[in-house]
Amino acid sequence: MFGRAKTLLLGAIVASFVLQLLSGYINPYYLDVLTGIGINIILAVSLNLINGYTGQFSLGHAGFMAVGAYTSAAVSIFLGPHFLSALGNGNAAISVLFLLALLTGGIVAAIAGIFVGAPSLRLKGDYLAIVTLGFGEIIRVIFRNIPSLGGALGLNGIPDYTNLFWVFSFAALTIYAVTAMVNSTFGRGFLAVHDNEVAAEAMGLNPTKYKMVAFVVGAFFAGIAGGLYGHFKMSIDPKGFGFLKSIEIVVMVILGGMGNTVGVIIAAIVLTLLPEVLRPVEDYRMIIYSLLLIILMLVRPQGLFTPRKRALAERKTT
Amino acid sequence: MSEPQRTLLQLTNCTIRFGGLTAVSALNFEIDREELVGLIGPNGAGKTTVFNVITGVYCPTEGDVSFSGESLVGRKPHQITAHGIARTFQNIRLFGSMSVADNVRVAFHRHVASGVLSGLWRGRAFHNEEKRVASEVTEMLEIFHLGKFHDTPAQSLSYGDQRRLEIARALATKPKLLLLDEPAAGMNASEKIELMRLIQFIKDKYKIAVLLVEHDMKVVMGICERIAVLDYGEKIAEGSPADVRKNPKVIAAYLGNEN
Repeated sequence: MFGRAKTLLLGAIVASFVLQLLSGYINPYYLDVLTGIGINIILAVSLNLINGYTGQFSLGHAGFMAVGAYTSAAVSIFLGPHFLSALGNGNAAISVLFLLALLTGGIVAAIAGIFVGAPSLRLKGDYLAIVTLGFGEIIRVIFRNIPSLGGALGLNGIPDYTNLFWVFSFAALTIYAVTAMVNSTFGRGFLAVHDNEVAAEAMGLNPTKYKMVAFVVGAFFAGIAGGLYGHFKMSIDPKGFGFLKSIEIVVMVILGGMGNTVGVIIAAIVLTLLPEVLRPVEDYRMIIYSLLLIILMLVRPQGLFTPRKRALAERKTT
Repeated sequence: MSEPQRTLLQLTNCTIRFGGLTAVSALNFEIDREELVGLIGPNGAGKTTVFNVITGVYCPTEGDVSFSGESLVGRKPHQITAHGIARTFQNIRLFGSMSVADNVRVAFHRHVASGVLSGLWRGRAFHNEEKRVASEVTEMLEIFHLGKFHDTPAQSLSYGDQRRLEIARALATKPKLLLLDEPAAGMNASEKIELMRLIQFIKDKYKIAVLLVEHDMKVVMGICERIAVLDYGEKIAEGSPADVRKNPKVIAAYLGNEN
């Protein structure tokens, strides 16, 4: 038995491949928007594991994204030429190189996740948010001060390896990984830690372990997203991974409904499209965007896409 | 050891101080296998503190807590649960947004081999195991008459059902000792009778020891085989329900005179 979930994952990867084959017929502007959507889905769904399912409010996602972006960019800029000259400049060689660069970025981000998580996950709520926020800023400052990575000017000349196939394959993989993890007896522990940490511990769950797993897996996919972003924009600079980027991802998670993967995916799509749709009213774009967020939070604080039944059940107790 | 020891849990000279306050002083107390013991005493006598020491929430200032011959001092609550002690809470602590079935399912996790990686791969072993857990959960819910609430969020259950779910969840960790912290609180007379039957049933079916903290004397006297009485952190009496009821110290400190 191969399983329905894995079949779906494989289907999504094949679909991404077909989409890539058709990309020649897509207007470059739409291509950009689509890529942005895919990257944001990876970021939002992976943050949802930390903030939504496990209930650990992290504001450091852009920091992990930066780690992944810089690491994978460094791999393809500094190691890429050697690698390609050894293997020939074929498409297959480039694909292998890019995959390696992305995975390296993800793994280094995950290791950063361990270092940040180990001391800070003892903290709860606002305190954790502030510590992760601090981490994000530290990362930004570190990259600004490494001359070989471009310093404040940023790193330029990253090859444009990112395409729709990679973006949507990894988006599918992120969705699969998070959904599969949460939907198991082991994975229900993430929700249990969220709902009641004291009770979770009394049931023999190790809350620290769950938070750590969520943090590391979340950081890994943020790192992948960073790598895709770097090889898509072809240039990255520390400013792009600031506090505002983290907030943007958090907003997607909150708007989609904490711990509701489908909702978060839709929110990632909507919030990527919204600024684009509002382009004709350029001057008022950010004002309208912010106003919409305020209205949405007032009207649907449980998230735009959380089913009514659950929302009602939640209201009952409050 | 060929034969397991009779004593399951042993508190030796257990003292807990919070700053200048001695919540429990030099308590010696033990529970045998498959024994149903009650712990009573006026409010603030230190009953819940004893619970918290046994479950690892607090560390005893002095003395030792041992379970099946092993010291529990310094272990974390989740490690102690893994050793075979499960508890319920005085103020119900369910996983409110999760379904009734998932509340129990999560507690089974210790008896599941699969973790992150097999959860990602979802091979045959994983599916078989999940199926086994699902049927164990359903069975557990049926025993506790919660079967019809399988997919209901736990927080929308009635109070009595929530209490029962909490006990079911604790049992799902497959403990050797079950600690119940005021399970009858807030229940009406018929629910209390139902609860007494349930506790007796659990003890017989799962062959576990139960420690019951409870204010309702009908419940305590009705089912406990042995009762310990705490007052100001000290054990003032211990014995069968009939003995404890007649003990003048207990009457003065807690039960009061019936006339």
